[in-house]
Amino acid sequence: MIRSSLWSRAFDGVNVALLLMFSLGTVLPFIHVIASSFASERLVAETDFLLFPTEFSLKAYQYIFSSDALPRSMGVSVFVTVAGTALNLFMTSLMAYSLSRRTIRFRAPIMFLVVFTMIFQGGLIPDYLVVKELGLLDSYWALMLPRAILPFYLIILINFFKQLPDGLEESARIDGCGDLRLLFRIVLPLSLPALATLTLFYAVMHWNTYMHAILYINDMDKWPIQVLLRQIVLISQAGFVEQGSVEGEASIPPDTVRMAVITVATFPILLVYPFLQKYFASGILLGSVKG
Amino acid sequence: MSHSTISTRHERPVRKRRSALWRDLSRDRWIYILLLPGIAYFILFKYIPMGGVLIAFQDYNAFSGFGGSEWVGFKHFERLFAEPSFYRLLRNTLMLSLYNLVLGFPAPIILALMLNELRMKWLKRSIQTMIYVPHFMSWVVVVTMFFVLFESYDGLFQSWIASLGLDKFTIMMNADWFRPMYILQVLWRDSGWGTVIYLAALAGISPELYEASRMDGASRLRQIWHITLPGIRSTIVILFILKLSDVLDLSFEHIFLLLNAVNRDVADVFDTYVYRVGLLQGQMSYSTAVGLFKGLVGLVLVSFANWFSKKFGEEGIF
Repeated sequence: MIRSSLWSRAFDGVNVALLLMFSLGTVLPFIHVIASSFASERLVAETDFLLFPTEFSLKAYQYIFSSDALPRSMGVSVFVTVAGTALNLFMTSLMAYSLSRRTIRFRAPIMFLVVFTMIFQGGLIPDYLVVKELGLLDSYWALMLPRAILPFYLIILINFFKQLPDGLEESARIDGCGDLRLLFRIVLPLSLPALATLTLFYAVMHWNTYMHAILYINDMDKWPIQVLLRQIVLISQAGFVEQGSVEGEASIPPDTVRMAVITVATFPILLVYPFLQKYFASGILLGSVKG
Repeated sequence: MSHSTISTRHERPVRKRRSALWRDLSRDRWIYILLLPGIAYFILFKYIPMGGVLIAFQDYNAFSGFGGSEWVGFKHFERLFAEPSFYRLLRNTLMLSLYNLVLGFPAPIILALMLNELRMKWLKRSIQTMIYVPHFMSWVVVVTMFFVLFESYDGLFQSWIASLGLDKFTIMMNADWFRPMYILQVLWRDSGWGTVIYLAALAGISPELYEASRMDGASRLRQIWHITLPGIRSTIVILFILKLSDVLDLSFEHIFLLLNAVNRDVADVFDTYVYRVGLLQGQMSYSTAVGLFKGLVGLVLVSFANWFSKKFGEEGIF
C-alpha cells in the first residue's frame, strides 16, 4: 500500500514537472519578446533571454509608428476583423438555424454537402479565379466573403441550437411566433455562449489573416497587419544572412523593432484572450465532434 | 404497355406526395429563405471552385475564359507525373504529413492524459491557460518568434550553443534542420490547443470506473490504459479522420512562410508549388491539375479511413 502511494506520488511529481516545463516553454517566449520590445538595443544585445526590461526604451515603437504604414495596416485589420466577424455571425447563424429545424426537408443531403467541403476543395487556383471573376481582387470583400461560413463552426452552432429545449419552440409557435421572431427573439438570445465562442474564433481568424491577403490583395495600402509584419521581418532577415558586412546599417530594423511589431500584432489577441478562455471548458467544441 | 399502366396507377399518390412536399415547403418558407444566403455561399465559394477543377483538363487562359478554352484531356497530369520535381514534391508532402501524423497527432492526446492526471484544479487551469496561448497567434508571429529565438545572433539558441563551445550555425535557414524545426513549431503552437476536445471527452468518463478499479488495486498507468484511453477512443478516431482530411494541406501558410531559396529541396510541397507555378507564373491549368491530384489523394485517404473506422464499429464523419 505504501509502495503504491509512493509510486503514485513520483508519478504526480514527474507529471507536474513536465507539464510546467511545457507551459513555461509556450509562455516565456512571449514575455521575452514583449520585454525586449520595451528594452534598449544594448540590453537586448547583451541578454540572451530577457524577461524584464531593466533599461527601458520606447525607441522601437517610435520607429515603427514614425511612418503611417503600421497605423494604416492596423486600421485595415481592425476593419476587416469587425466587419468580417459580423458577416460570419450573420451568415452562420441564419444557416445554422435553418439546418437545426426538425421539419426541414433535404437536411441530410445539405449536411453532407457541407461536410464534404471540409475534406475536398477546388484548390488554390479555382478559388482565386472565382474571387477574380467576382471582381473582388484588391477589395476588402476578398478577405471576408470567401470565409463567410466555416463548416466546422456552422456544425458547432447547429448542434448548439438543436440541444435547446423543444418546449420553447412549441410554446412560441402556439403564441403565433414565426421563424424570424423565433430566431431573433428566442434562439439567438439563448445561444449567447455559443455565439460568443464563435465571435472570438472568427475574430482571431480575421486578425491573423495572411495567406488570403497575399493571394487577393496587391495594393500595399490595403495590407493587413500580418502582411506588413512579414515584410518588416523579411527586410531584417536579409540583414542577418550578411551579418557583419552590413551590421549597424540604419536601413535594417534591429531586433527590438521586430519584437515591437510582434507585440503590436499580438496585443489585441492577448487582450481578448481572457474572454476566450472562459469558453474553452464549456464543451461547446466537443459538440461538433459528436454531432 | 405495362410501363404506362404503372405510371397511371401511381399518378395519384405521386401528386399527393408532391402536394405534401409543397405544403411543407410553404409552411416552413422562412426556414428556407433563411437558408438561402448560406446555400449561395457554399455554391459560390465552395462548389463553383470544385467545378472549376475542370480547367485542369483545359488549356485555360483568361481571355477565352472557361467556355472558350481548349480541352486537352490529361495532358497536364501527364506533364506532372513526368516532371522531375514531382517526386520531390510528393516526398516532401508525404514526409511532412508523416511528421504531422506521427508526432503532431498523438501530442495533444498525451498532453490531455497528463492534464487529466492533475489533482489540483487551479494548477490544471493555469497550465491550460498557458498552453493554449500560441494557437491564437498567426503563423507569421510564430515563425518570426522562432527566428528571434533560434536565429538571432545574440539570441537564446545561438548563445546557448556558443556556451556549449560549439560554433554558431544557422538553424532556421538550414535545409538539414527544416523538418525538425517545422514540426517543433507545429507542436509548440497547436499541441496545447489540441487538448481541448480530448479534455472535454475525458470529463465525460464516469468517476465510478476509476473508483472500482482502485478497489481492485489497479495502478495509475493501468487505469489510463484500461479506462481513460478506451473512454476517449471514439473521439480519437473521429479526430484522426479529420486530421487525415487536412494532413496533405499541411497548413500551407506555415510552409509558405518557412520556404526560402536555401530549403526549397525539402520544403517545397504541392501547395507552395501550385502557388508559384499558378499565380506567379500564370500556368493556371497545370497548377490546377497539381492541386486536384493532391486533393484527390486526400479524399481517398479520408474515405478509406472513414470506411475502415465504420467497419470496426466506430463512427465515421459521414
